[in-house]
Amino acid sequence: MSIFVNRDTRVVVQGITGKEGQFHTRQCVAYGTRVVAGVTPGKGGQEVEGIPVFHTVEEAVRRTGADCSLIFVPPPFAAEAICEAADAGVRLIVAITEGIPVLDMMRVKNYLAGKPVRLIGPNCPGIITPGEAKIGIMPGAIHKPGGPVGVVSRSGTLTYEVVHQLTRVGLGQTTCIGIGGDPVNGTSFVDCLAAFENDPETRGVVLVGEIGGQAEETAAQFVQERMSKPVVGFIAGLTAPPGRRMGHAGAIISGGSGTARAKIEALRAAGIRVCEDLGGLGEFCREVFR
Amino acid sequence: MKIHEYQAKELFRRYGIPVPAGEVAFGVEEAVQAAERIGRFPVVVKAQIHAGGRGKGGGVKLARNLGEVRTAAQAVLGMTLVTPQTGPEGRRVGKVLVEEGLDIRQELYLGIVPDRASAQIVLMASEAGGMEIEEVAAADPEKILRVSVNPLLGLQGHHARRLAYGLNLPPAAVKEFASLVQNLYRLFVETDGSLLEINPLVLTAADRLLALDAKVAFDDNALFRHPDLARLRDPGEEHPLEVEASKHRLNYIALSGNIGNMVNGAGLAMATMDLIQQAGARPANFLDVGGGASAEMVENGFRIILSDPNVKGILINIFGGILRCDTLARGVVEAARKTGIQVPVVVRMEGTNVEEGRRILAESGLNLITAVDLRDAARKVAELVR
Repeated sequence: MSIFVNRDTRVVVQGITGKEGQFHTRQCVAYGTRVVAGVTPGKGGQEVEGIPVFHTVEEAVRRTGADCSLIFVPPPFAAEAICEAADAGVRLIVAITEGIPVLDMMRVKNYLAGKPVRLIGPNCPGIITPGEAKIGIMPGAIHKPGGPVGVVSRSGTLTYEVVHQLTRVGLGQTTCIGIGGDPVNGTSFVDCLAAFENDPETRGVVLVGEIGGQAEETAAQFVQERMSKPVVGFIAGLTAPPGRRMGHAGAIISGGSGTARAKIEALRAAGIRVCEDLGGLGEFCREVFR
Repeated sequence: MKIHEYQAKELFRRYGIPVPAGEVAFGVEEAVQAAERIGRFPVVVKAQIHAGGRGKGGGVKLARNLGEVRTAAQAVLGMTLVTPQTGPEGRRVGKVLVEEGLDIRQELYLGIVPDRASAQIVLMASEAGGMEIEEVAAADPEKILRVSVNPLLGLQGHHARRLAYGLNLPPAAVKEFASLVQNLYRLFVETDGSLLEINPLVLTAADRLLALDAKVAFDDNALFRHPDLARLRDPGEEHPLEVEASKHRLNYIALSGNIGNMVNGAGLAMATMDLIQQAGARPANFLDVGGGASAEMVENGFRIILSDPNVKGILINIFGGILRCDTLARGVVEAARKTGIQVPVVVRMEGTNVEEGRRILAESGLNLITAVDLRDAARKVAELVR
């Protein structure tokens, strides 16, 4: 089992003819993902890696039965691309694009509210169910199929580090999700925790957070009230200065709120096992999830 | 991106938000001439830096005649202004805003921010103007009025009315306030604001409303569609190494520690800074070279880290996904040769083509310390500062 994606997920890649889109489409296909269509307005009728390209997502969905969109569209057009995918009726949208204006994402989030579609990201590495489907830009080889651990993170390479350590200590993953480093995103920590709680093959979850916002605090409350499975937490940014955006648009301590220390305390108070030593996270998880 | 008060007030004028008469001045004579043009006293001479608390640090002075304007401008221009927000090193003042003084009856607060959790645009107002709003929020949260606006629908009349009546404004000022809020919201949305604050918004003895201060910041991710606003950036307000880094599309933040570091990805970069601290050293910077870093970017990153005289050692931590370890290793070797690195460098690589990357480092003949994992890297960093 897994959450949100599996070997049957049929993917349409928006922005498939761009440099990033082409490169990662190849990587996803090589991993075994069913990429059934691509979309680039004006390039319908072409092929990328033997995958048919359409002018619109609506046509791609109608002709290929795609149910998930992977978005590599540049920031000025990305918000519209997300809405186009939602209108075309896919059930899952994975937006990799970094640098979408916040007000655009606020409009998108309000537009998607109430629609039967899930958005992952933007500004994220995507989602992978090891051994089944890789819908994103993460290196597939570091993952280990079969569970029992679910991973959810606001980061990209930091998630790879965590997954690599899990694999090295023999802990496989059910699904790994990067929810993105932007202040306004689609799927939240809580959405993922709830899905992992309901997934019979996931025995525990690693939550990777960072400074900025209150998403970790909200997640902590959910874990305390609703989760039976053990959760390990890691929070980046103990040394981050206040008032500065640390790379991710959402990683900022503002008005004294959103510090790593406050998040660690909130996680611990909710019974989450927090590891502060990133180098030892794999071993820490082996102890907790044994 | 932050802008200066005088720039924010020019924007306010364009959007029909009342501000006191005033002009920016870059020199003492200019300041005196500005006061002459305003033509009435008192005037206020205000230091223009990107930090709050300017009054407490002596950066805001009242002048009752042209002589006092001259004295005030002489004192403020060129001073190093230290406020709670500048840090102990302070900020050098290169320009002042000369502005008419007002007959103030009441000081209010009005602000707009995007609320990340709810994806709504939040307007905040308070009768406790002139104080830090965070302090008001901590001490008297009920003194802050908040209304949430759905960005798809936009600001409605009732939003402005709730704030106006909630602030207990005199009836004569309600209509003016509502139109000010409308204009301010329009400014926020049309400029892709990330923060907009008027603190204080003053009510004069004649029941007029004016923005006495103005704090405006824009969403960096939206500047591509606002070239006119991007030109308002003042590099003099930023750390020179950060300005240099941004020219090379590097995400660099200067810090006060002794171990430089270069990492791919923001989350891993923050975690690496934390690891340096846990090893008993202190991070000298944040530097995210991104997922698709080229050898050239690595080289520029090196040069910028080494420009910081406090750096006693460097930790490179790369998890190769898109950025392959062999590419990185070649970049590091090239950069080390070109820049003649004098400090020890610990390199920790993992991921795609890591064996090839390690071989390139080992065969380079350079004094690069290879770490096999993060624990090993932390140990080797600790040795550097011992």
